[in-house]
Amino acid sequence: MGRIFVLIEHRKGAIRDITWEMLIKGRELALRSGGELTALLLGYQIRNLAEKLVQRADEVLVVEDEKLSNFNGEIYQRVLSKLISEYKPALTLIGHTSFGMELAGQLELPITTDCIDLCLENGALKAVRQMYTGKVNAEISFIGAPSYIVTVRPDVFPAEGQQTGRGEIKYLSLPIEEIKYKKFIEYIEPAVGEVDITRADILVSVGQGIGDKKNISMIAELSELMGGVLACSRPIVDKKWLPKERQVGLSGKTVKPKLYLAIGISGAFQHISQIKGGHIIAINKDPRAPIFGVADYGIVEDLFKIVPVLTSKLKEIKAG
Amino acid sequence: MDIIVCVKRVPDTAGATIEIADDARRIREDGLVFDMNDCDKYAVEEAVGLKKKYGGSVTAIALGTEDVEDILRMCFVTGCDEGIRLTDKAFQGSDAVTIARILHRLIQSMKFDLILTGAQATDDGYGQVGSALAELMGISHATLVIGIEILDGKARVHRELEGGMEEVVEIRLPAVLTIQTGINIPRYVSIRALMKVAQKEIKVLDLKGLGMREEEVGESGSNTSIERLFLPPLTKEMEILPSDPGEAATRVVKILKDKGGLV
Repeated sequence: MGRIFVLIEHRKGAIRDITWEMLIKGRELALRSGGELTALLLGYQIRNLAEKLVQRADEVLVVEDEKLSNFNGEIYQRVLSKLISEYKPALTLIGHTSFGMELAGQLELPITTDCIDLCLENGALKAVRQMYTGKVNAEISFIGAPSYIVTVRPDVFPAEGQQTGRGEIKYLSLPIEEIKYKKFIEYIEPAVGEVDITRADILVSVGQGIGDKKNISMIAELSELMGGVLACSRPIVDKKWLPKERQVGLSGKTVKPKLYLAIGISGAFQHISQIKGGHIIAINKDPRAPIFGVADYGIVEDLFKIVPVLTSKLKEIKAG
Repeated sequence: MDIIVCVKRVPDTAGATIEIADDARRIREDGLVFDMNDCDKYAVEEAVGLKKKYGGSVTAIALGTEDVEDILRMCFVTGCDEGIRLTDKAFQGSDAVTIARILHRLIQSMKFDLILTGAQATDDGYGQVGSALAELMGISHATLVIGIEILDGKARVHRELEGGMEEVVEIRLPAVLTIQTGINIPRYVSIRALMKVAQKEIKVLDLKGLGMREEEVGESGSNTSIERLFLPPLTKEMEILPSDPGEAATRVVKILKDKGGLV
């Protein structure tokens, strides 16, 4: 395998974790194949970022232009396409993030997305990705092309690793076309809500298995009896049964409680990857629900059988 | 405002136990309930909402076997005006880019201002059909859309970022928008309402009807291939608690006390 490109993801002047994760995986593939690891840094006033990246890559290619100030799929895609056709990397890694999803499919190259592993088998690249809401893994092979795009799932590979010596920074001067179709307007920060689930020691979290809005109160009561804070997974917020501030997940909050009780949550990766540390107890009737893959304790049973009994038990204890 | 919405029929796997078929390249589908892909329901609702606000029409397109008529009829109930089904044995095994190529062949001759798709399907989850389609059409796109406002000749859209953040962009029309869940509340589609549209005509096109060749589609037209499926290995040793509610509750209370709760 020849050159490996890693597209650097940064926002508001900070390099995002997915970047380090891709550089670690990219380095591993480069070492195995004798290839070269190249970081692509696109943006404006980003020279300080290049200095940080050069510890982790053989080469940092920097394209600096005011038009690249904020991420813009339209313009990033054109610059990236140019760099790919000029440098002909065997593989380009892009984050499977809001940033990466916006441009990866536009590159007219063989692509596979949301990968959780990458390896070389007899010199050929194989990718592993998940299907069917995380319940099945698939091994993907690529067919006859000189260059591939792979988007990488965040929070799968470690972000920390050995520094691999100092590479070289190269500033490229590319003519950047005018932006015609898509204009960045602004970022909107999440609204400050009335609860902060990121600071709770005990979280009682409810998912799609709850079935109906009226059943949420049952979980709220349990949460209160346990001295916890009520949280939830994405489908509950999508249905507007609970406000977004209570959502644990990639598009919601990252939490680090001491105890996490997951009720009727199947455990999509976007959810479980954002529970950092602590003990997880999961109640779900599907023995193969992905939540059981990360839980410390599992109850494989209908939540409607377990929760009422647990609630009355806690009430007894409270009543002394 | 003429809108095209692309929808997919997928097995509901969130609540089901999945088994892998003997050839290890597919899952066993018997016993699974099929439904419209979750994001796509939001895309259809959004399309119909935009039509209501700005006038025009909504055409729903689905690729798959004859069974996809189920979800096209759901689209009719929600308020779509027309439905088109793309069916051919040769389409099987198509990857995201190839599916976009098939859709492109149909859509290139249609009149539209906006194409909506779901952001990601719950079966294969590539999340690429929308942006690949935009590239083939030579128009702009935005992914993970959670808000749309139509302005003169352009749309102002909110994109979902990580950690509860949003990005606002303006995008020139015509464009492709991939819709994320939560943008609206998709209406409930009753059996009774479905019966009312049971006879409504659905246009059907196959490979030949689209003027495509077999080698352009399916596995032969794709650059990636699924080698094998396997169940995810467990990453952690889990202790299974008793499923008897009383015993389970006792254990949970004990764990809670051990971890410093209930003091």
